[in-house]
Amino acid sequence: MTVIIGLEIHVQLNTATKLFCSCSTDYRDDPPNTHCCPVCLGLPGALPRLNRKAVEYGLKVAKALNMEVPEESEFARKNYFYPDLPKAFQITQYDKPLSIRGVLEIEDDEGHEKLVRITRAHLEEDPGRLVHKGGGDRARYSLVDYNRSGIPLLEIVTEPDLRSPQEARRFLGRLRATLEYLGVFDGDKEGSLRVDANISIKGYERVEVKNISSYKGVEKALTFEVTRQRNLIRRGQPVTVRETRHFQEGRGVTTASRSKEEEHDYRYFPEPDLRPLSVAGWVEEIELPELPVARKNRFVEQYGISLNHARTLTGDLKIAEFFEKIASVDPVLAATWTADTLLGELNYRSMSIAAVPPGHFAGLLKLLKEDTITDKAAVQVLRTMLDSCAAGNECEQPAAIVEREGLARATGVDFAAIVRTVIAGNPQAVEDYRAGKKGALNFLVGQVMRETRGRADPRELGELVAACIETTEG
Amino acid sequence: MVSEIEIESIAKLADIDLARDEVAGFTREFNAILEYFDALDQVSGEETLTPELTNVFREDEPGGCLPQEDVLANAGSTEDGFVKAPRVM
Repeated sequence: MTVIIGLEIHVQLNTATKLFCSCSTDYRDDPPNTHCCPVCLGLPGALPRLNRKAVEYGLKVAKALNMEVPEESEFARKNYFYPDLPKAFQITQYDKPLSIRGVLEIEDDEGHEKLVRITRAHLEEDPGRLVHKGGGDRARYSLVDYNRSGIPLLEIVTEPDLRSPQEARRFLGRLRATLEYLGVFDGDKEGSLRVDANISIKGYERVEVKNISSYKGVEKALTFEVTRQRNLIRRGQPVTVRETRHFQEGRGVTTASRSKEEEHDYRYFPEPDLRPLSVAGWVEEIELPELPVARKNRFVEQYGISLNHARTLTGDLKIAEFFEKIASVDPVLAATWTADTLLGELNYRSMSIAAVPPGHFAGLLKLLKEDTITDKAAVQVLRTMLDSCAAGNECEQPAAIVEREGLARATGVDFAAIVRTVIAGNPQAVEDYRAGKKGALNFLVGQVMRETRGRADPRELGELVAACIETTEG
Repeated sequence: MVSEIEIESIAKLADIDLARDEVAGFTREFNAILEYFDALDQVSGEETLTPELTNVFREDEPGGCLPQEDVLANAGSTEDGFVKAPRVM
């Protein structure tokens, strides 16, 4: 059963002011309804004035996604009633969007290059934010904060080219990285990327899933929906025609929601308070920075790291920049430790890479490269260091941690006493080893490793333990 | 010409309660207004006022906003700085 997915992605452009008024967009830590003016509150007589930077940012994205920019584009009113929409219409773009027909390259489930077609990308204003006390299910009323009302959004719509929830997630990852590389978007801000997805099993009705408020939620929501639809089909039950469903992030499920207006119910018409745009000529002037795919290829060539590592390291602008700062120590070592260890440790602590001083991490890599510490001890040092960064104090230097905790690699000779104790304490294992059981040696080495807190090289210890058993009387 | 069914549908979208006996009157008035526009369409003149005027912008520089009490001044009901509205999802 082929899965067909198309996405509508709303991204907040990180301008300093809103799309149609001078209210600051920096509202996240402020009390509700403190970033509002007559324009974004929709008070009678207020007139919108278009933010030039939002148009420039939109065109930057258009160019990066290889889109056409029509000679003329225009804003339109989309009319509907909802408490988050103070004017009772949203200023958006309808039949004359800023840009049309683009592509973004991703990897499909087999790792092959794949082009996902972009239908359009247009500018619109964000509605206000609804808050439900005690959780959405139980609240008896909605609370509205208009600080978000009028934040510039770019709505990016794809063709139904995605074939699995994993592919949809990869697409969003690549799109998000591209937007960050362009400097028009900050993915760390809560709610800065929101997704609606159209999903169907080929030959059956399609369902729209709304309210996916994070890029990680997409795979979860779509996986749930694929399973739900497959189960319906398997049981011979119909998939409801053009149903709209809501993703409940906390529970990881989608639930049926009220039927929305039909397209013609929105009574779109050209926004009479704004002049049309004629900005196709600007596109040529725009200089694009190096984008994720180009950077990935450069990483492989310049640093000689694996394609997989390059992909991981370029998937996020901050990580790519971090890597470039530390690569000089030893590119392959740096790639391995960043991609395979550091990112996992950060994820576990819900920390951003921004909290890690590159110099500190480079210091850890140097200790590894000079063989001052073992891999095992390095992980321990890294964890201690990250915990010190997370605590909001100054990050502790890896060398200082090694010194304080006594984690420097010691040569085998220093461990002779521990080895003798372990051998004396585990006569059965020693006997098993003498009887030819290789596993018994690993067990003994493990015991010694535990006692030495990872300061010794396991292979070196293996030789030491074996030699020690030889010289001990059986 | 707009029909009574269309008037009922428009009223619903506009969130206006029309009593059954009001529909005919509104339909008549609606059509009369549309006839004025038809008449305006007959007038010859410039196609638009300033057809060449495009790309009217504001620079991305923050300006003043209203204090919270002014923002909430017209709200029917508030709570903790929010506007209180009927429950929607």
